[in-house]
Amino acid sequence: MLRLECPNCGVRNTSEFRYGGEQNPRPTPSTEVADADWIRYLYERRNVMGVQIEWWYHRAGCGIWFLVERDRRSNIVARTWRWQPDGAAAAEGSHSP
Amino acid sequence: MSLKLLRQGLGGRPPRMWHDRPLKDHYDVVIIGGGAHGLACAYYLAADHGITNVAVIDKSYIGAGGSGRNTAIIRSNYLTPEGVQFYDASVKLYEGLAQELDFNVMFSQRGHLTLAHNDSSVRTMRRRAEVNKLQGVDSRLVYPDELARICPQLDLSDHPRFPIQAALYHPPGGIIRHDAVVWGYARGADQRGVDIHQYTEVTGIDVANGAVTGVRTTRGNVSAGIVLSATAGWASNVAAMVDLPLPLDTFPLQACVTEPLKPILDVVVVSGSLHVYVSQSDRGELVMGASIDPFTSYSVGGSLDFLEGLAGHVLELFPFLSKARILRQWAGLCEMPPDFSPLMGITPVDNFLIDAGWGTYGFKASPICGKTMAELIATRQTPALLRPFRLSRFAEYDQVGEKGAASVGH
Repeated sequence: MLRLECPNCGVRNTSEFRYGGEQNPRPTPSTEVADADWIRYLYERRNVMGVQIEWWYHRAGCGIWFLVERDRRSNIVARTWRWQPDGAAAAEGSHSP
Repeated sequence: MSLKLLRQGLGGRPPRMWHDRPLKDHYDVVIIGGGAHGLACAYYLAADHGITNVAVIDKSYIGAGGSGRNTAIIRSNYLTPEGVQFYDASVKLYEGLAQELDFNVMFSQRGHLTLAHNDSSVRTMRRRAEVNKLQGVDSRLVYPDELARICPQLDLSDHPRFPIQAALYHPPGGIIRHDAVVWGYARGADQRGVDIHQYTEVTGIDVANGAVTGVRTTRGNVSAGIVLSATAGWASNVAAMVDLPLPLDTFPLQACVTEPLKPILDVVVVSGSLHVYVSQSDRGELVMGASIDPFTSYSVGGSLDFLEGLAGHVLELFPFLSKARILRQWAGLCEMPPDFSPLMGITPVDNFLIDAGWGTYGFKASPICGKTMAELIATRQTPALLRPFRLSRFAEYDQVGEKGAASVGH
């Protein structure tokens, strides 16, 4: 089974997590986004055969959403980290408050 | 025929069904992907429209992808009128396929049951039955008393966690030998002059002034009038060669077979709630599949999670199988569109056509998809059956929400 390192809880089985799709930044500000850009955001996916940055949700644990870098050919996970607003340093692996 | 069989059986090698030919500099049509879809399209281009300067290019052997990894179930009892019409046309082509190709594809229309374990799925099944009947498809709701006659092997008691309440019964549904479909189309296309290039990988697609002009392969460059991508599972990667993003995400779907058993199950049994489908092949193996994996991947490795989950669900339906042993398991790639309906036809790149988004329902569409895509290529007009499944439907707010797909839970 694929195992993931939750930034809060450490390494757990994937059955504890829910996959949330590839990282796909939402266009902003929403009042000014053109229809075509909304459609691109809603439907189009890179679906890359290689390394992807993606969202996971720790549903049976601490309940946070975090980011994972995974190679979709081999399912090897390079790193997991907690999302930070632009400019803040990303906390890798286990998170300390 | 039998004399020929005897002669070939006694000595000499049988004639090859398709041939390795040199790669030409130009083809009128290049089809990327040598599965049932690509080969069917090549076959109908030659057979129906006389277009024979066609190449089918595959990075592996023909039928190595989804065509050889599905669970070979054929049915047309979908939920949307567009889907039902499309798949009904496919079932009709499958019914005449052995005759058309002069090749035994072992189509067995043994009946197809979709079980309902709760009120909401009974309602969905009733709706599907009514949509099916309106389109002239034989499909109806049956209750446990009749279900016990159609499939006495099912545990219809109230012992299971989710007792069976009703089922959607679809008598024309059944199973087929999926390899034979691939081989039959390959032979028919080859006989009519189509070149089949196996172990030839497309590495790039040339575009000039917004139109495709040719493909680059590991065996050389080819100029092409039209390029069709029929690479379900990998379509996003082929479309990326022409900078065309697609609304697809690729998930593995796992399946397995048991050791061969004596004939015991003569219908196809599916449960949307338990995410399982079971049928018995002509070899006696029980072929069982699940829903798509919980996360996207291009890896076709199997997981113990899947086997555990599937075994538990199958035993809810058929407790007598508790001693059956699993022979092998595998995975295929399913690219899922947001509305569970395929993407077929023209794209914003001229002369680049797609046959993609085949999620969990691609193999059963092979004949009609091949035939209508061939018609599109030959006439340059989108056939009415294909129009609902165009790529531009997302931008036009006109999706086809197909909740009758195998991956949709109820």
